[in-house]
Amino acid sequence: MIEIKGLTKIYHTPGQEIRALDNVSLSVKKGEIFGIIGLSGAGKSTLVRCINMLEKPTAGQIIVDGQDVTALSSSELRSARQKIGMIFQHFNLLSSRTVFDNIMFPLEIAGVPRNEASKRVKELLELVGLSDKAQVYPGQLSGGQKQRVGIARALANEPKVLLSDEATSALDPQTTRSILGLLKDINQRLNITIVMITHDMNVIKEICDRVAVIHDSKIVEVGDVLEIFSNPRTPVSRDFINTVVNRDIPEELLHRSKPLEGSMTARLIRVTFIGESAGDPVISSMVKKYDVKANILYGNIDRIKGKPFGNLTLELLGDPVSLDDAMNYLRDLGLEVEVFNGV
Amino acid sequence: MVFEINAWYADKLLLATWETLYMVIISTFFSYLFGLPLGVILVTTSDGHILENRGVNRVLGAVVNATRSLPFIIFLILLIPLTRLIVGTYIGTIASIVPLTLAAIPFVARLVETSLKEIDWGLIEAALSMGANAWQVISKVLIPEAKPSLILGVAITAINLIGYSAMAGIVGGGGLGTLAYYYGYQRYETPVMWATVIVLIIMVQGIQMLGDTLAAKVINKRR
Ligand SMILES: Nc1ncnc2c1ncn2[C@@H]1O[C@H](COP(=O)(O)OP(=O)(O)O)[C@@H](O)[C@H]1O
Ligand SMILES: [Mg+2]
Repeated sequence: MIEIKGLTKIYHTPGQEIRALDNVSLSVKKGEIFGIIGLSGAGKSTLVRCINMLEKPTAGQIIVDGQDVTALSSSELRSARQKIGMIFQHFNLLSSRTVFDNIMFPLEIAGVPRNEASKRVKELLELVGLSDKAQVYPGQLSGGQKQRVGIARALANEPKVLLSDEATSALDPQTTRSILGLLKDINQRLNITIVMITHDMNVIKEICDRVAVIHDSKIVEVGDVLEIFSNPRTPVSRDFINTVVNRDIPEELLHRSKPLEGSMTARLIRVTFIGESAGDPVISSMVKKYDVKANILYGNIDRIKGKPFGNLTLELLGDPVSLDDAMNYLRDLGLEVEVFNGV
Repeated sequence: MVFEINAWYADKLLLATWETLYMVIISTFFSYLFGLPLGVILVTTSDGHILENRGVNRVLGAVVNATRSLPFIIFLILLIPLTRLIVGTYIGTIASIVPLTLAAIPFVARLVETSLKEIDWGLIEAALSMGANAWQVISKVLIPEAKPSLILGVAITAINLIGYSAMAGIVGGGGLGTLAYYYGYQRYETPVMWATVIVLIIMVQGIQMLGDTLAAKVINKRR
């Protein structure tokens, strides 16, 4: 649905050049929720604003729904923009218009006849659950309600793509969740492709199918959200994951030492599990199958895209051969196993 | 102090008040007719804006500054030939409207520019992201969003024009200025002088209050 090839953006400011995007290539599939995460100043907003050409790329190509938006005339670009919705961190609603007329705004721009547009606005109000606020001015709405209006407005011309630049960053966690729920619902109901810019890994965890990690103007990692959570390949990704999943081993566990009998050895391991296997009694079956004992020291479980995701820190006790066998058993089940100390 | 304004003076005062109001209203109207579009052009042609055009912006800005830097009384004299050309005479209420309007246009352009510059750029971007063209951004975002501030600008302009009109009155422009000059200054009729002062104060207060009320009404509706 969106194909970005070799996108570079340089801002020229007095005295210096800022390379906000450096040869970025990405591909967003139809109907998916694609997350782009990065620290402040990484280039996220620039990237998403290039998709609807609010920012003119210095180099590169952006194809949205088969159309190269970098090669359009200004009137062609205006029509193309009607099919690319956008929502913003600070909502950007017109204070001079009621909720109803704010949602009407893009329909006026597109020249939709008044009565047809009215009907559409009513449907959209229904969709975002604000039918009772139609005649209210944005100044009287809460942040969450404002963003709902923003979403309704962005959907008015039935776009194929919805761009979201930090749409939940000004909202509290509870409101964030409800807005994310609405976006997920819209994505499934309308099969609209959503590009979500965020610096908050919770947003990615909550609703994204795939994610790109952007750092210092470059994409450093792209992949399935679950895959990146279970196997982050770059330090930036790992840092982001650590903001929502506690992967640190408590200090006191690392320095625990207990006298052992005979040939017994102890190993401190961490098992990371995703999806279905999390529900299976893998630890108990491992203990049954092999001659090892397992002390569960620490655990952490979360849900990503509705699937369980978490890790367990275990102390495994047994002879070295059995310990190896037991660990291989877990790995064969598709679990990630890390060893922290012991032989 | 004892006011001794007989019926004859009262009539004069009433007529002069009406003339001043008339001059101010008409010249405010015409100065916005030209000044509003100029202000819009000043904003939208500025760097990074929707109709960015450095040449137009700089030239227009220079012209506006040049005309604004002229004292009104000089402006008045400079414009005599032009006024005569347009109105046929340079004396009287109607003739005064020409220099008043022309002097107010650059002032209005700057006021409008200031009001429109206050609009959050995010709103303009939101409109652009929906596919709005420049005209739609101006008519559906910039002007409606700036409405309270524009209303206050109209009040400020009208109040300024009251002052200018009094100056025009001294050189035969009619209205309260002429009255104060002939009877108050040249004939030492102090009560007439004071009467015009009071009428002027009431007029300025009235316009300011009207502007404040209308602007507050718009703001309260949106809150
Ligand atoms: N209009 C601009 N002019 C100059 N520099 C800019 C502009 N917009 C963004 N930048 C710079 O580009 C870099 C990336 O910015 P941005 O895309 O906004 O990052 P993010 O959204 O990830 O915080 C930053 O260094 C920022 O200062
Ligand atoms: Mg940003």
